[in-house]
Amino acid sequence: MKIPSPVIRSSFLKGILIAMWFSMLFLPFKGPEAAAILFLMISASHALLNYLRDLARPLRDKGLELIGKIRKIKMPDYSTAICRYTLLLILIAFPFFVKDYFVDVAILTGIYIILALGLNVVVGFTGLLHLGFAAFYAIGAYTYALLNVRLGFGFWQALPFCLGLTTISGFILAVPALRLRGDYLAIVTLGFGEIVHLILNNWDSLTGGPNGIAGISPPYIFGLSLGSLNRYYYITLAAVIITYTIVNRVRSSRIGRAWIAIREDEIGASSIGINTMRYKLYAFAFGSFWAGLGGALFSAKMQFVSPESFTFIESVLILCMVILGGLGSIPGVIIGALILVVLPEVLRGVQSYRLLALGAGLIIMMIFRPQGLFGRMRGEG
Amino acid sequence: MYILDVRDLTKHFEGIRAVEEVSFRLREGSIVSIIGPNGAGKTTLFNCLTGLTRPTKGTVYLSGRDVTGLPPHTIAGLGIARTFQNIRLFKEMTVLENVMVAQHLKTRSGIIDAIVRDSDFLAEERDVREKAVEYLELVGLEGLSDMPSFNLPYGDQRRLEIARALATEPTILLLDEPTAGMNPQETSNVMEIIKRLQRLGKTIVLIEHDMRVVMGISEAIIVLDHGVKIAEGPPDAIRNDPLVIEAYLGREAFA
Repeated sequence: MKIPSPVIRSSFLKGILIAMWFSMLFLPFKGPEAAAILFLMISASHALLNYLRDLARPLRDKGLELIGKIRKIKMPDYSTAICRYTLLLILIAFPFFVKDYFVDVAILTGIYIILALGLNVVVGFTGLLHLGFAAFYAIGAYTYALLNVRLGFGFWQALPFCLGLTTISGFILAVPALRLRGDYLAIVTLGFGEIVHLILNNWDSLTGGPNGIAGISPPYIFGLSLGSLNRYYYITLAAVIITYTIVNRVRSSRIGRAWIAIREDEIGASSIGINTMRYKLYAFAFGSFWAGLGGALFSAKMQFVSPESFTFIESVLILCMVILGGLGSIPGVIIGALILVVLPEVLRGVQSYRLLALGAGLIIMMIFRPQGLFGRMRGEG
Repeated sequence: MYILDVRDLTKHFEGIRAVEEVSFRLREGSIVSIIGPNGAGKTTLFNCLTGLTRPTKGTVYLSGRDVTGLPPHTIAGLGIARTFQNIRLFKEMTVLENVMVAQHLKTRSGIIDAIVRDSDFLAEERDVREKAVEYLELVGLEGLSDMPSFNLPYGDQRRLEIARALATEPTILLLDEPTAGMNPQETSNVMEIIKRLQRLGKTIVLIEHDMRVVMGISEAIIVLDHGVKIAEGPPDAIRNDPLVIEAYLGREAFA
């Protein structure tokens, strides 16, 4: 296949330019020799990548065609049910076939799925940028920790308080914050996250400060401790399924539709009678509710909480899960959480580079698939 | 009794007089056009009527009730619906969902109903869906239910906005340039739809530049220029009004 020459020339020139730019950057530090080597290496690898991309293009087209065909096949109605139950069976059998380490990672994944599904209500459905979600996660976790350690509440007794308190804090943040829009709202939520973190870190008499709270007991059912990994796995699995079902159902009700309408066009939404302020408030409260569940599960699993677990980076991580999977898509968010919990574990072998690799991965993702793994690009159909 | 009674409506934007003491009254079931050169204050007038902007002065009575300065969602609930000049559809929702969400005020299911999915909830959902299809049929978009609305051609997007506004079951429908960017075929189609809505008992106010539409279907025309109402009357009177010809028609339509 002959490629038209202007294309070759322009991409070749581009490679040279990029290479020159980088070698110029390195010139003062490493001398002309290193710069020359860098120049050659970058231009060569750029040319190689171009060549490979041309090779891969027909392959990619075929793949897309195949996916299109698969999508068009009409599945019988019961096939989704079969898929669902098979998946459920696999998830139930999972702890029997793997090492404890994987069960541990699975529990963590489950907790993050709950958190990400909660944040998705605010960011993905309603379109409000929320940078302080870890605050609600922390409130849920500390509520259980304190009720358990100080007042001797069991997990199930404390759970309603965890959920209630995070939901109420969601309201409390939302009432003043929702007067603001876009970037300003993001800054207020960020501030809220920091405030909660600082309170946890400094209110020594209540929260134990940076030392945190230890000795939190696991949940019990009929006097049976659920502290072992396998048993705790099932609690988390049940919680994830409940979260998924409820979020999914609310999404496809008039409340969920109102949220999406606000995200798509706020003025349009108010013109058809949606009280946008009230529904944004609902979104905040409903999203925070799940952070309460995630937090309680987290502290009961770790049997220890400290402010370190609820920093700004934690908020960003949960936000990344939502964005990575595709804003607003429920399966996407689950996959996003799965990737961002499992990937760092897989990359543990290369310790110090794993955050770098993760960061690079996210950047590449945003460049090539900004709508997320499961998101739909406008105009794509 | 007038269904809409606007008195001395005024809107200033930091010294710019967008709308200046405009008064008019609408009879139930009529079709009225608002015309005027660009920047005459037509859309600002609509925004004041629907609560998107708060008028500086003046009052709006809807069926005798003062609705001035109420928030947009309340006004929508009282029976004024609108479309927008720069289409404001919910782009990532399907055509059907756009009309379903607009029945927000007519439905009551709460969050518990949605989670439990009892028979009442399911019945309401079915009802919402069926009604949405009916509204789509009314504007001729019934075959496109499952298409994401951003994929619709421009003219269809305008018609979908009409269907969405209708789904709020308004008594008054404000259409902001419903035929903008349409070809003659699509335009006469929209005129058909507007007449059909009138037969359903809706009161219709439209902002329109296409004189064929304005002269063809309006019972009365209100002419704005620089925010001031310079004329009001039946199409024939407006056509021959020297002030109007000077301000608007003389320069554009009959040039």
